[in-house]
Amino acid sequence: MHEPAHIEVRDLSMAYGDFVVQHGLDFTVNKGDIFVVMGGNGCGKTTLMRALVGLQRPAAGSVLYSGEDFWNAEQEVQQRLKRRLGILFQGGALWSSLTLAENVALPIAEYTGLPPARVDEIVAFKLALVGLAGFEDFYPSELSGGMKKRAGLARAMALDPDILVIDEPSSGLDPLTARRLDELIMELRDSLGTTIVVITHELASILSIGNNSIYLDTESRTMIATGHPQDALKNGHPKVRHFLTRGGTA
Amino acid sequence: MRVAAAWQLDVRPAGVDGSGTLLIVLGGRWRIDQDLPSAGTLKARLAAPVRRLGFDTSALTDWDSGLLTFVTGVSKSCAEQGITIDGSGLPPGAQRLLAMASAVPEQKLAGRHVGRQGIFAQVGEATLGFFRGAPQMLGFLGEVVLSLLRLLSGRARFRARDLWLEIEEVGPRALPIVSVISFLVGLILAYLGADQLKLVGAQIFIADLVAIGMVREVGALMTGIIIAGRTGAAFAAQLGTMQVNEEIDAYKVLGISAIDFLVLPRMLALMLMVPLLTLYSGFIGMLAGLLVSATIFDIGIFEYYTETLRALEVKQFAVGLSKGTVYGAMIAFSGCLRGMQCGRSAEAVGHAATSAVVTAILLITIAASIMTIVYYQLGI
Repeated sequence: MHEPAHIEVRDLSMAYGDFVVQHGLDFTVNKGDIFVVMGGNGCGKTTLMRALVGLQRPAAGSVLYSGEDFWNAEQEVQQRLKRRLGILFQGGALWSSLTLAENVALPIAEYTGLPPARVDEIVAFKLALVGLAGFEDFYPSELSGGMKKRAGLARAMALDPDILVIDEPSSGLDPLTARRLDELIMELRDSLGTTIVVITHELASILSIGNNSIYLDTESRTMIATGHPQDALKNGHPKVRHFLTRGGTA
Repeated sequence: MRVAAAWQLDVRPAGVDGSGTLLIVLGGRWRIDQDLPSAGTLKARLAAPVRRLGFDTSALTDWDSGLLTFVTGVSKSCAEQGITIDGSGLPPGAQRLLAMASAVPEQKLAGRHVGRQGIFAQVGEATLGFFRGAPQMLGFLGEVVLSLLRLLSGRARFRARDLWLEIEEVGPRALPIVSVISFLVGLILAYLGADQLKLVGAQIFIADLVAIGMVREVGALMTGIIIAGRTGAAFAAQLGTMQVNEEIDAYKVLGISAIDFLVLPRMLALMLMVPLLTLYSGFIGMLAGLLVSATIFDIGIFEYYTETLRALEVKQFAVGLSKGTVYGAMIAFSGCLRGMQCGRSAEAVGHAATSAVVTAILLITIAASIMTIVYYQLGI
């Protein structure tokens, strides 16, 4: 059975008013990929994420999910496509008036109509997966930054989405927790077949988990490399090698 | 969205000798959006003679967290019954995810109270909270007074630009709402007076009532309440959001007084602008009185004007202006206090804004009563 590529981005441009953040982005994310979006600070990684997940209409171009054009679709179709996405925002973006359990339970209750006891089981399991078992009744304001991030991931995974979009998974995490999170991301892909788009500039993560990537350049405001991060490190564009070696090769 | 059940679950003893090993046979589709069985349904089977539990998932076609939560539930029951669980029959991915979920043990945090408290406990907490709040309020008052003293001695540091921005925000931009409210209040006063004064045939005294009422009391009170809702809440929300973003901590660690830098310009802006708005409010109120008297009650415009001039003395203005200044200080104090006390969440910012308005109106009313009594005793 031939399926259209999971996520296709065609000639995408994003702009704030007259200021073009990135233009001419063209790439494909296949099912089961861990796709890394890399680039320096301020190159437009997060803006790209916002265009991918339906938060910010791109200036031009299209984003296709399994062949369906998101930005030119009817609202109901957009809603259905969004249901396939799980998103972890940079700061966690937990709802501050809800406890962790309620944060994770909300998408499940909203979309599935499962009985509360089942929802509680799922919530407990998701929190355990990110190492936060026992924190169900805590409010986000009572957690550290790294814990908020992990709780945000638990919420993003709540519905076992097809596609998980993660903005800066390991910023603010200690190295061991960051590694555990990387392992979890890979495991989600391996076991559940989740497609994962990771926006990061954490070199260790890029090189260990990514199997496909793009590099967004700050000067030319477009992508200058694509492919497996290890290949990009060995024989990619000089700028990308410079980035991946922390300035080691000029 | 529920998908028709397509799962299969069967429990059967494993082995021929009935050695107490139970096999859970899972088949079909086990996904989160289905109406899956709960682990509790197996509880009765997981009892005494069973010593070991295994899984057979050879007929399983599709699974996700739905399966994992079920297995987690079964494991928990097994742990309670002392049954050994053998997960090797599960799909390898499921085994690894389950291992990850149990890698970090559940945190049992002592002293974490969950659930509702009784009414007495709530009243007690609220009372204690009030008494804990009073010293905080006094402490903040002290810091603000010290900051004002630093200002007088020329040692307070803040940016003049901030002061001008605040002055613009609380003064000119409040004119429309102050105009509307003052006009309507002046109109109400005129009607109120006309009705009573008609009884003694002294309707010309509407002018005295409106002029003294607006300039001395009502102008300041109305302006105070408008500005409390408009600006006091804004101050609390601004400072509260800064507290959430750790901006106030950033001032503190730099050794810059957040009080000088943030509270002082707001305090000064309100202490300068509220009296001016009070004056303006009085003027608009008198205009409304004049309009009502001339059109409805047939009092000549010139008569009304001379009567107003006769009624007003400088001391009426002094009373109004002093009240405006005090109310302005009260509003800035409550807004900044609640903003600085704000917690670190979106909800806390909302709470700070509400609390700022309530505190400001309470303080304004108390101050109004005290000043009215004092001025009366002094014969002003």
